[in-house]
Amino acid sequence: MGTEPVIEIDRMTKSYAGARSPAVHDLSLSIEGGRFVALVGASGSGKTTTLKTINRLIEPDSGEIRVEGERIRAMNAPALRRRIGYVFQDIGLFPHLRVGENIGITPQLLGWDAKAINNRVAELLDLVALPRGYAMRFPDALSGGERQRAGVARAIAARPRIVLMDEPFGALDPVTRDALGWAYRRLHERLQLTTVMVTHDVQQAVLLADQIVVMGAGRILAQDTPRALLGGHQHPDVAALMAMPKRQAEQIAALLETAPGASNHG
Amino acid sequence: MDERIAGALHLLPNYLAQHVLLSASALMLGVLISLPLAILASRYKGLRWPTLATAGLVQTIPGLALLALFYPLLLGLSQVTTAVFGVGIPALGFLPSLLALTLYSMLPILRNGVAGLTGLNPALIEAANGVGMTPRQRLLQVELPLAAPVLMAGIRTAAVWTIGAATLSTPIGQTSLGNFIFSGLQTENWVLVLVGCAAAALLALIVDQLLGLIEAGLARRQRRRLGVGLVGLGVAIAAALVPLKSQGQSTYVIGTKNFAEQFILGELVGELLERQGLGVDHKDNLGSATIFRALVSNDIDVYVDYSGTLWTNVLKRHDLLADDAMLAELTRALRERYGALVLGRLGFENAYVLAMRADRASALGVRTIADLAAYAPQLTLGSDLEFLSRPEWTALQRAYGLKFRAERSFNPTFMYRAIEEGEADVITAFSTDGRIAAQKLVVLGDPKRAILAYDAVVLIAPRRVADSRLKQALAPLIGALSTDLMREANLMVDRDTDKMSPKQAAQFLAAHLRKPAS
Repeated sequence: MGTEPVIEIDRMTKSYAGARSPAVHDLSLSIEGGRFVALVGASGSGKTTTLKTINRLIEPDSGEIRVEGERIRAMNAPALRRRIGYVFQDIGLFPHLRVGENIGITPQLLGWDAKAINNRVAELLDLVALPRGYAMRFPDALSGGERQRAGVARAIAARPRIVLMDEPFGALDPVTRDALGWAYRRLHERLQLTTVMVTHDVQQAVLLADQIVVMGAGRILAQDTPRALLGGHQHPDVAALMAMPKRQAEQIAALLETAPGASNHG
Repeated sequence: MDERIAGALHLLPNYLAQHVLLSASALMLGVLISLPLAILASRYKGLRWPTLATAGLVQTIPGLALLALFYPLLLGLSQVTTAVFGVGIPALGFLPSLLALTLYSMLPILRNGVAGLTGLNPALIEAANGVGMTPRQRLLQVELPLAAPVLMAGIRTAAVWTIGAATLSTPIGQTSLGNFIFSGLQTENWVLVLVGCAAAALLALIVDQLLGLIEAGLARRQRRRLGVGLVGLGVAIAAALVPLKSQGQSTYVIGTKNFAEQFILGELVGELLERQGLGVDHKDNLGSATIFRALVSNDIDVYVDYSGTLWTNVLKRHDLLADDAMLAELTRALRERYGALVLGRLGFENAYVLAMRADRASALGVRTIADLAAYAPQLTLGSDLEFLSRPEWTALQRAYGLKFRAERSFNPTFMYRAIEEGEADVITAFSTDGRIAAQKLVVLGDPKRAILAYDAVVLIAPRRVADSRLKQALAPLIGALSTDLMREANLMVDRDTDKMSPKQAAQFLAAHLRKPAS
């Protein structure tokens, strides 16, 4: 894993019109190459705003953001976005385009030739474990899980080194969510990606991420490995947030130990 | 087959072709203007309300009025371009119809375009940005394709409106399926009216279905439906336009006003020109003020008007001169001021007269307008659509002190019906009208000579004044039609039984014309 920061956010502030306090306040964050970073926190804590400033879907009011050392404010926004994979909860597959056309959209925008796009689409379908025949289907013929796999394939189609994910598996059933989470984690390692994922699901963040950033009221409350954060934290909100998966895990472990006897106990 | 149906079917290809050309052009222009406007309005909120409100306002103007308004507008514009560039623009016919119908078609396209573009799922817009599309790529690859079904539904509505409203372009000189309806209404030829309505309705239905196929193809992403709809529409338009290709020679445009006598004379003039091998086109159903301005601006080449009408409406004169002196003065003034040529009298007079049912008149003992004045407050006057706004009505009221209980305006055909059925007691008839005799009406005398002479005269447009072939072709008309002859021809078209078309009546007149003196 690299140690150079790939994404650097430097004293960034963003306010929305009509809001009493800024959504993100004077936030600095550095993410090293190859990391899988989860942004967690309550609704309105500023985690999605922070994520979207990285590919300029949202423009900050002040502060500076660098991607692979370049100041993104000076870059062409569509060109920047073509370099960064983006997956989000509503999936956003274009319903009027076939799955193959959806997956190949960023290569098409980058001007790849048709044959290279077709080969890449086939390769990506294999990679996300979808049948190759799905390339000719329209998105509404796929299940939710299949669509999200296609969404992941689209995000990495143009071989980005960075992938941003906004609640990527939130709308899926628990079994699919878990399977897709692990499948993505393997892809992340295999393709040596740098991933930033916003999620409500602290348990999944703990299980998948190398590093967890806990946000509250537009600021970073804590940034550490899952193991360290599970061990406790001085900030009560962070401690409360991390206590939940820990307690669940302990309860499940206790349940598993006592299970054979308990079932007869009545 | 019925003679009238056969006659109508003979005219159908040309009327249909003109109708399709006009509606298709208006719709295409409407889409070309509305689509960018809809895109702008969906981008900039501030533009949305004014754009939609303006289009909505246009929609509230009655179709006929909107078409009529474009005539003076273009006429004014034409005077400007003539003064500046030396070239006028046609104020009658295709251009004003096209512009009015284009405006008319815009509202549904705009409204649905804005609704389609602003109603898109925001997640898809974010996805388009997220994969790295530029605003232009997003519009072309995502927004427009997704809004297309809603937009097509708007275009479909616009198409049906446009095809319907295009029938109203007849009175401003554009041939359309409306020619059937307007001529049929004037000559009480209900077969013609039905043919016009049915053809327009059928055309609208077919186009609506084909556009519906395209809409469904877009909505369900079925290329085959889309293809069938597009090809069907293309073939239908191309097939309808075929009759137009056979035209296009240098033609003389004959204008007519909106009553049977004018249609007959228009056909007669056409017959005479065709005999000389000249190409002919007709612009029928023009308003009586419109038609003279159309002549002066060379939108039509020849038509028949009446001396008294020109005297009061064009020259704004209210004095009374003897017939010959008045015609001489009229000829001089029109040539001098407008460049138009009064070629000569046809021989008959079609004056306004006041007429009553014979039984009613004898019961009251009324023989002249002077007798009528005493009974007028208990009687209803039925007039045609323009008499009450003409200066001779004012003159008549002043001369005899006329004051009716009520005054009602009718389309000429219905005016005669009204007196027959007692809805009117006195009507403003025309002296050549065959129905005066047929309905046993009496013409009331005008002892004070308050109503002017209305000699029928042939007028020639400024650009044709020196055209000897035209003048030679028209020569047999001059002085050749007596009032009795004209009345007989009018009755052929106006009567209820054994009804004839204006063309047949024109052939009857042509057979009675003297050979040109040479």
